[in-house]
Amino acid sequence: MTSIEFRKDLFADERDDDLNEIGKPTRRQDILGHVTGRTRFYDDHLFEGLLHMRAVRCPHHHARIRSMDLSAVESAPGVVRVLTARDVPVNLNTLLSLMDFGKDDEEVLSTSVCRFRGEAVAAVIAESEAAARAAVALARIEWEPLPHVLDVYAALEPDAPQVNPAYPGNAFEYHDRYDHQKLRFGDFDKAVREAAHLVEGRYGISPIEQAPVETCGAIAAPETSERYVCHTSTQGLFFSLGTAAKITGLPSSRLHFIGGTVGGGFGGKVDSMHEPLAVLGAMKTGRPVKYMWDREEEMQVGAPRGGETWEITDAVAADGRILGRRFRGFFDSGAYTRLSSYAVIKSVGHLPGPYTIPNVSADVYCVFTHRTPATAMRGFGITGVDFAMECHMDKVAEAVGLDPVELRILNAYRDGDMKAHRRLAKNCALVESCQVAAAKAGWPISAEAASQSSMLGGGEGWRADIPALTATDADGRIGARLGGATPAGGFGGGFDGASASRPSSSAAPTPGSGPAAAPGAASAPPPYPSGGTPAYTAGGTPAYAAGGTPAYAAGGTPAYAAGGTPAYASSGTPAYPSGGAPSSAPASPAGGSPRHSPWPSFATPPEASPSRAPAPPPASAATERPGPPPGAHPTPATGATPDAPAANPSGAAPGASSPDVHRPDAPFTRGVRRPGARPFTSGTRRR
Amino acid sequence: MTKTPVQFRLNGMAAATFADPGANLLDVMRRGLGDLSAKYGCGQGTCGACTVLIDGRPRLACLTLAEEVEGRDVQSPGGIAGEALHPLQEAFMEHFAAQCGYCTPGMIAAAKALLDRNPRPDRDEVIEALSGNICRCTGYEPIVEAVLTAAARLSGSNVAGGWR
Repeated sequence: MTSIEFRKDLFADERDDDLNEIGKPTRRQDILGHVTGRTRFYDDHLFEGLLHMRAVRCPHHHARIRSMDLSAVESAPGVVRVLTARDVPVNLNTLLSLMDFGKDDEEVLSTSVCRFRGEAVAAVIAESEAAARAAVALARIEWEPLPHVLDVYAALEPDAPQVNPAYPGNAFEYHDRYDHQKLRFGDFDKAVREAAHLVEGRYGISPIEQAPVETCGAIAAPETSERYVCHTSTQGLFFSLGTAAKITGLPSSRLHFIGGTVGGGFGGKVDSMHEPLAVLGAMKTGRPVKYMWDREEEMQVGAPRGGETWEITDAVAADGRILGRRFRGFFDSGAYTRLSSYAVIKSVGHLPGPYTIPNVSADVYCVFTHRTPATAMRGFGITGVDFAMECHMDKVAEAVGLDPVELRILNAYRDGDMKAHRRLAKNCALVESCQVAAAKAGWPISAEAASQSSMLGGGEGWRADIPALTATDADGRIGARLGGATPAGGFGGGFDGASASRPSSSAAPTPGSGPAAAPGAASAPPPYPSGGTPAYTAGGTPAYAAGGTPAYAAGGTPAYAAGGTPAYASSGTPAYPSGGAPSSAPASPAGGSPRHSPWPSFATPPEASPSRAPAPPPASAATERPGPPPGAHPTPATGATPDAPAANPSGAAPGASSPDVHRPDAPFTRGVRRPGARPFTSGTRRR
Repeated sequence: MTKTPVQFRLNGMAAATFADPGANLLDVMRRGLGDLSAKYGCGQGTCGACTVLIDGRPRLACLTLAEEVEGRDVQSPGGIAGEALHPLQEAFMEHFAAQCGYCTPGMIAAAKALLDRNPRPDRDEVIEALSGNICRCTGYEPIVEAVLTAAARLSGSNVAGGWR
């Protein structure tokens, strides 16, 4: 791979590529309307006899409705109709049910329990907004406040209040089976054994409200053709249409949705909360109904970017090469799923960022708390962990005494490198970006770093391989579920499996447990069930028994590097810096072979800094240390999951079964090669 | 509910309507008179999307009681263009000073009030004059540049502004 491939080449056969607009100023086609105030946003459509809808909302984070008396509301001046759950044809929904993903877990109007502050229990339709507002204040609801949990760690404790009955363990369940997304690439534990430094950190972002200047809303009105027209602020028109059709029970052919002019969205207008209720209001009253959030609702009830917490542990060679990186991530989905389940998938596909790291391990959870449900916002699933990783890179640079820019250049992807999700990197540009940024900032970098290129030094030897120790099944996927079944017992194994302790809300990340727990769990040979031949050999070629059926069966503790020595044996644990200060842990290797140039010659495997002699065990059990390998969960998986891919949605290993055959009748899916196109390696192949 | 008659001049024309007690000017203009150019963003005077000119001064229509404008002269963002676009509007178009466009009418109204009062504002004065108007997508820089460009054109010189 010596030259850059451009998208325009890949799609040359299907676009008119004259690029006449590039490099010169142009005018937005819609800007004349913007500057004259004539652009019609959803609320800029006038309807005679327009009614206004406002919601009665729960004032608690978590509360049961003991009784609800809406008689005063119904008889208030100007009120035309009051809707409750009984009026909603299909009251239970989840956004991604349109894609058959996830369980219906959220009520349009709550029937008995509210799970976040501001959840709607009734919708008041009145002649004016003021009348609706006044009537809402007359609702008499007796609330029974229930214990709530607002922190992802606390939510995963065994005795945490249950947030969402569809997911009793307070974590989204992928494919009804897996309580998290898992990524395994190479052998993180081996990297730890070979590392000179272990650098640990925990990073978080709080929820962020998109705060568009136009608040979310919709106006629906009956048309004479027995259809309902709906003007909406939505960012996903057909998404909203489908959701409204499902909730109202109308065929979508009776819904006429008009949108596309959005007064700022940033992801916050994809939730389709307004259209179903506005249409339902129009159905029930026969009049135009507007359901619009005011600013307070936009901020309190409007779904934000969810909070995220990331724990990162890097195993770093003395020369600054990152040999292994482990993540544990927690997305705060709030009370309902909305789109956070998808954010986690996206995020895991992005790990470990734009760096070539031969050993990667990640467990990422989509956690329910009693916060406002989270949804999309500009790069959700990516920006949070990018923030974490880049902070961490600086910490690593400090730990190894390397310039932070040079550290990034050293570890950056090169074209042709294998990424952790089993796709070859291409069109890489991090090296060049770093060089340009350093130049513009007047930040001196070494001649070696300045001479690096994304197009050189990658794609050969180990950098293009899936590491031999990567656990895969016959389909190139990762093995069985590690976390145990669900909820109730699911997290019992602890995130690292060795102890029953789960991260607690107050504790800093304390991977694993005491030394006592680790060795046993880690070194026990995986008890393969009958018929299941141990899958992984050191050579990495899965040897499957019986007709190639993957070996993971009931009770099978997931095997991770079966032949390999489990890491973190009690004697070999690198001292872990507690408090997370950059560690220059047990000074590396033996007399330190003269620091050989770390810059990619890359044809040979990263000889981890001369084998790290096992450090003496930590002085006391209290010393924070890494837990046992992620694969060492003692909790047996329940339920036979013969082909159980635990995580990464990536497809087969490259090279396997490439769909080179052009089938003109088959629908186009991204990443599929078409005749005449040059090899396309970085797309995702959907299953 | 007893409604109150309100008469004022809107964009130079006589306007009359009946307002609910406590109704604000924004609702009366939009729903009562059908001038939709001023926008609702917050209803509490923090975003500036509803900015209009009352007797030439920038005011927030969401915080102005409809009855207060009785007999006064109101200019909405939709009334700023005459037969031709106002130089501010031209400059906003050239400078790409709008993305979703929702805050733009309020921005232009606030900027016009500034230029009517101070034809040659410096950058700081422009920023000050727009400080009550929130934009979430364009970024303020193109907007400030647009206002400076319009100011230069209006006062007959081309010193400031232009393409960056």
